[in-house]
Amino acid sequence: MATPEVIVLTDIKRDPAFGDRLTPAGQQLRTCIQCGTCTASCPSASAMDITPRKMWRMVQLGMVDEVLRSKTMWLCSICYQCQVRCPRGIPLTETIAKLKQLAIQQQIKQWRESTHFYLAFSDVMRRYGRMRETEFMARYFMSTNPFEALNYATMGLTLLRRGKLKPELPMLRGEGKLARLFDRVAELEGRK
Amino acid sequence: MTRYLFYPGCSMEASALEYKASMTAVFRALGAEILEIEDWTCCGASVAPVMSDLLGLALPARNLAIAEKMSNGRTMVVGCSACFTSFARTNAAVADPTALARVNQALEVENLSYGGTIVVRHVLDVLANDFGPAAIAERVVRPLSGLKVAPYYGCQTVRPYASYDDGQQPWTMVPLLEALGATVYHHLQEATCCGTALLTTKPEVGLRIAGSILDAAQPADCITVVCPMCHMNLDSYQDKVSRVLGKMIKIPVVFLPQLIGLALGLSEKDLLFKRHVVPVEPVLTKVPA
Ligand code: SF4
Ligand code: SF4
Repeated sequence: MATPEVIVLTDIKRDPAFGDRLTPAGQQLRTCIQCGTCTASCPSASAMDITPRKMWRMVQLGMVDEVLRSKTMWLCSICYQCQVRCPRGIPLTETIAKLKQLAIQQQIKQWRESTHFYLAFSDVMRRYGRMRETEFMARYFMSTNPFEALNYATMGLTLLRRGKLKPELPMLRGEGKLARLFDRVAELEGRK
Repeated sequence: MTRYLFYPGCSMEASALEYKASMTAVFRALGAEILEIEDWTCCGASVAPVMSDLLGLALPARNLAIAEKMSNGRTMVVGCSACFTSFARTNAAVADPTALARVNQALEVENLSYGGTIVVRHVLDVLANDFGPAAIAERVVRPLSGLKVAPYYGCQTVRPYASYDDGQQPWTMVPLLEALGATVYHHLQEATCCGTALLTTKPEVGLRIAGSILDAAQPADCITVVCPMCHMNLDSYQDKVSRVLGKMIKIPVVFLPQLIGLALGLSEKDLLFKRHVVPVEPVLTKVPA
């Protein structure tokens, strides 16, 4: 979603405390000086609809909907370059994880190919306790775009031949290896 | 004999088995033993913290608690940079007693409890600073003379938690490669991220990121890495990358312990060079046995 160059603040719904809830020490995002180091450091910035610097300003302004619906967080490859370079020492990469958390909790519909990556990964972890790459990829592509799987089929075959992917049968019955821990965490966080 | 606790993690057990095999063989050749964490589970990588704050600490802490119970020394070596980050992030967080207590409330269902004492170190750190280039050089029997190696660190190997190197201009691999007799080929993308999950979720962006690294390192004979994710992204997508960049990209990508093992005279078969997507033969023929 492209954002207009001029944002009329009185025209939009805002939550000014948004940023303060995102960082572990609260209020850190208020110290952003809009220097643009984050954008300049980001390997994905050119593909983002909102650049990191601009996004952090929108967070300061409390533009929750615009930020949570943007593609920006899903283009973050978690490389920590902006976080280690930010002159204000804001834990930017970890704050992006927090934004992803909110977008998934609020079931934001945009960018399913990204949210499903997290959901499929998490399911496989809960069930087997370890990542099973083959089943994970299968689940992921089935839940997003089965046709895209074809694009990856040739590579998948090469990986199978080299013994890099293990053809394991799904094990759908029984309690998941980490189900108890997942449930306990949900209970402690009041999600259950 | 030095003994290390070792957490392999999901990738080293599957797609990057050659990393685990070569690392184990090299540690043994250098006189150290490794003890794998019993009944280990996924560290949660960058996914668990997105699912929930507490899950992002509880999944790594489960393994740290088991490590503490095994208590063989207090150092746990990790080869995957994403696992390294998960554990280091957890250790930093549980330095706060309130956070530690909450994590332990969760671990109760696993009959585990973590005291915060495990020191987590990256394989690269241990190779460079415990064994060290001098001790490794002494045992080289098949010098990698004439081999141009492009080091590639990626992101989480060196930032934000690595105290052993600089997060912007890493250097740890240089003395190690020189100890093997190799020539270091420096390029501008040594600490650029490999694109991680973007190669799957946003291929149009991810392939360009991986492509910029491969393109920069292409004049070398091979790239060397210390992370399964970096390896997967740089080794298996070169066909797709060539198509996106509109130019031929073909360069072998090997794990650093594989190169060390080669120079120490370990068998090529045991170092599992056959598992790579881009054939490693050109590298092997360049260094006479
Ligand atoms: S680098 Fe830090 S201070 Fe500079 S614009 Fe980005 S968030 Fe703000
Ligand atoms: S951590 Fe994410 S947002 Fe920051 S520079 Fe890296 S990819 Fe960009």
